[in-house]
Amino acid sequence: MIKAVMVMNTQGKSRLAKFYEYLSVEKQQELIRGVFSVLCSRAENVSNFIDAESIFGLDSRLVYKHFATLYFVFVFDSSENELAVLDLIQVFVETLDKCFQNVCELDIVFNYSKIHTILDEMVFGGQVVETSSSEIMKAVEEISKLEAASNAISLIPKSASGWRSR
Amino acid sequence: MSGPSLMDSLFQRTLEDLIKGLRQQLIGEQAFISKALEEIRKEIKSTDLSTKSTALLKLCYLSNLHFHDMSFAAFHALEVLSSPRFSHKKIAYHAISLSFHDSTPVLLLITNHLRKDLTSTNEFEVSLSLQCLSRIANVDLARDLTPEVFTLLSSNKLYVRKRAVAVVLRVFEKYPDSVRVCFKRLVENLENYDPQILSAVVGVFSELACKDPRSYLPLAPEFYKILVDSKSNWISIKVLKIFAKIAPLEPRLANRVVEPICDLMRKTGAKSLLFECVRTVVTSFSEYESAVRLAVEKIREFLVDEDPNLKYLGLHALSIVASKHLWVVSENKEVVIKSLSDPDPNIKIESLRLVMAMVSEHNVAEISKVLVNYALKSDPLFCNEILGSILSTCSRNVYEIIVDFDWYVSLLSEMSRIPHCQMGEEIENQFIDIGLRVKDVRPELVRVARDLLIDPALLGNSFLHRVLSAAAWVSGEYVEFSRNPLELMEALLQPRTSLLPPSIMAIYIQSAFKLLVFCLHTCFVRGGSTAGVSASASYESFDDLSIENGADSTVAHGQTCTSAPITNESIVNLLKLVELALSPLLGSHDVEVQERARNLLGFVDLIKLEALNSSGQEENESERKGVEATKIIRLVHDAFSKELGPVSLTAQGKVPVPDGLTLNENLGDLETICGDIELPSSNTFSFGYPSEEKDVLSFSNLQIKEDSGQSNESTSLLAEHRKRHGLYYLPSGKSEVISNDYPPANDPALQGDNNDNASDLVKLTAESLVPKRKPNHSKPRPVVVKLDEVDEKPVAVKQLESRDDSLSGAVRDILFGSEDILPTSSRSNLPNSNRKGKKKQHMITQVESKENVVDDGNSSSRRRKDHSHGKERRHRKKNAEERNETDRKEKESSSNHPRRHKSRQRAEEPLKVPPQTSVIPDFLL
Repeated sequence: MIKAVMVMNTQGKSRLAKFYEYLSVEKQQELIRGVFSVLCSRAENVSNFIDAESIFGLDSRLVYKHFATLYFVFVFDSSENELAVLDLIQVFVETLDKCFQNVCELDIVFNYSKIHTILDEMVFGGQVVETSSSEIMKAVEEISKLEAASNAISLIPKSASGWRSR
Repeated sequence: MSGPSLMDSLFQRTLEDLIKGLRQQLIGEQAFISKALEEIRKEIKSTDLSTKSTALLKLCYLSNLHFHDMSFAAFHALEVLSSPRFSHKKIAYHAISLSFHDSTPVLLLITNHLRKDLTSTNEFEVSLSLQCLSRIANVDLARDLTPEVFTLLSSNKLYVRKRAVAVVLRVFEKYPDSVRVCFKRLVENLENYDPQILSAVVGVFSELACKDPRSYLPLAPEFYKILVDSKSNWISIKVLKIFAKIAPLEPRLANRVVEPICDLMRKTGAKSLLFECVRTVVTSFSEYESAVRLAVEKIREFLVDEDPNLKYLGLHALSIVASKHLWVVSENKEVVIKSLSDPDPNIKIESLRLVMAMVSEHNVAEISKVLVNYALKSDPLFCNEILGSILSTCSRNVYEIIVDFDWYVSLLSEMSRIPHCQMGEEIENQFIDIGLRVKDVRPELVRVARDLLIDPALLGNSFLHRVLSAAAWVSGEYVEFSRNPLELMEALLQPRTSLLPPSIMAIYIQSAFKLLVFCLHTCFVRGGSTAGVSASASYESFDDLSIENGADSTVAHGQTCTSAPITNESIVNLLKLVELALSPLLGSHDVEVQERARNLLGFVDLIKLEALNSSGQEENESERKGVEATKIIRLVHDAFSKELGPVSLTAQGKVPVPDGLTLNENLGDLETICGDIELPSSNTFSFGYPSEEKDVLSFSNLQIKEDSGQSNESTSLLAEHRKRHGLYYLPSGKSEVISNDYPPANDPALQGDNNDNASDLVKLTAESLVPKRKPNHSKPRPVVVKLDEVDEKPVAVKQLESRDDSLSGAVRDILFGSEDILPTSSRSNLPNSNRKGKKKQHMITQVESKENVVDDGNSSSRRRKDHSHGKERRHRKKNAEERNETDRKEKESSSNHPRRHKSRQRAEEPLKVPPQTSVIPDFLL
């Protein structure tokens, strides 16, 4: 079971946070800070694991990957395999890369909804349901189309009424 | 009316505008956010769903990334959810899964929305609502939506079906009865050939099997097939996880599965799968020699890999093997020790753990030496990690692996001098603990303590203060082993002690007191006049114990006299030194320091006259006074020379409660009466009072009624001692009563007596012939006094378990077919009275089972101790309170969710039904 997914930049600013159990925002903030304080003290080229039990409680593990200015962090319990989750981070980043052509931090900053959509396609309620980035892309595109279509209907009457009232 | 809302929607900031604004930071982030929140609060009330949903999205953003509470928007999220547009729905679902939880008031209003979307023809809408359900489902939602989930489990859209499978996990967890409906379909999906579905199902089963492996044993054939056929690493990993849980329960299954796992291990190229195979073998198949060997081979590959991740995992796997096959670790000793200097902190810690696993009584000295060297070189964090693990390993099981305590004590002092050392507290405890338990090590302990105390540089290091306090205590308590008490005295009273915190300062002063008394005693009573000798002889005759101690100290004294003779002159100097050092402390703000300083100075005042007199004058002149002073010295010395035994953690509980004294009831009332008056102080007073009075009497009159029983006197003296050294006793005055019962550390006479009285377990380890650092002769391991610790009181975790029980119970019902499956609806409509009856019955069984647990704990302690009522009573009372508490909770929760109990109750029955072995189908045999 995956417990949480976080993306934060090297300054500790949270860019994405997804917890698969309900946590109050204060608690979320505390956890993210806790993770960051450990992450930022780690050197390059060391292993990608952190002792998560001190932060998240018993039976929790944490792997992270560092890309450019971002840390990608997955927290999970003993029913996941550490290396497989590392691969999963890779899939996530690859998908982002495909989606935004050379993804950078700004893409993630400005595409809040889309990032969540991508993650939701991969991880469903803490369980991994899709590990192929092309499948994820397909679904995300479909969803975007649907959204656009439903918004398009809305735009016309709204703008029309707006003009009329002027 | 439509004006403002229209304007709002026209000029509403989108999420992108919000993010841009945030990034520009014209007015500061916090100010900007609060302005934005204000806008959102307005916009979200709009009747236009587009405006509303945009506001909601912005709110989600602020909640998710800037941690602002969004619970106020719960109802608005529901309104957006009712929109027919997909984009609105998506935002609403996102908001709901971010902010809803079990106690969100509008949670139940969502049921129909979810139902509608679950039956939608648009797979993405279905997916959204399933996703939401997987996050927020509670008992009611899970119950009400079970039929829809059931339908979706056989949906022909893969996209939907795998999500339906995944959501089942949450539904089962929240509403175990749904197992009866959905389980069969879930199992059918195990035979699906689509890897995506299979992956989801296996994932669900691996989660379920984690919590209760036994229930899923009957599915072993299916899992086995998947294990053999699977092409996907992800699925294989999950199946391995399942087997790691269920195989140990059924040896025949393990026999059957171990080979395919080894095959997989040989063939696979994926590191993740390889590691999972290794982990499965070392955790659950550790008795299969060949499999373990293969796994170890693979571990070795990991260990020498460049990738720190693999190296770390290799070490991790090694530490799992270590518990059962220590040879594996020793085989890879070199790699492990080399990893101690790896730049990666994870690898360092893991290898440290492994090194500690290798420690035995033969190599503890070597390994500790190597580790201390590492500690000197490494960063503070890891240094303390190393020291901590040395300390905990060496002290494990009452210093089981330590043979040479002299060495260990000097190791402790060496460790405390390491610059980064922050383990002062633990070292302090061990110093004192060893002093109490191991009699033979005391001379060395005192020597080590002296070295620590005498070094003024150490006083500046605040991490060392705790160690110093132990050193001070040791040198005061075991002063008879000191080579030069005068020197120690100077060390204890040196000016830099002002750097110490008051609590430790107090210990210093108290130790100085003991030292002073010892010096005076040696000078006047023992080595002094004939009157002194005869007096001490007569006084020794009435106290058996002090003969022992007295003899010891004479011997010790005999040795020390040559190095530092205590003359009258030195005594006079000593007294001056004490006065000089302590008089400033009379004005100390700390009560402890002030009081102890006053005690000591008061004593000096009493003695001073005689000390000064006897240095110059004839005996008969000051005889009367002299005798008096000698008596005082003797008395105080007697109090201090009473040996302390280690105090069992549970000692307090063994104090018998006198008849007619009802402790429990009155104290409860007191609390309400006294309100915020500090109770503990009044408590100690009432206990301390009688003994204090005795002291006063004996000191003022010096008329000791010797026939009134030495027990009385020694009790009072001991009580006095106890009072002064409160730090080293259990906090309550109650333990005074039993203080006599402790045999002094390995006193042979008492040992004989106590053999049947199991209160003290003296453990004699076999004499070891391990080569020592001192090559001349190998000495036997000194006796270590041990007290039997009554087991930690069992904590009942019923509440937690029962949930899972109901789930596994339901699963077993299905798999073992002990009950025919009824549709849920008919079950949940059981008559109310019936439900209540069951609930009550359940509560009773729970209470009873708890009673049993408590009784068990007590009877075992009763067997060991013949007087142990006090603890029991308190125990009982506490338990009774707990019980009340749980009962109350039970009632509360039952009023909220009456159905839970029903299901829990039912779940308890089938537990005993199935004979496990018969369940495994023949193919495995």
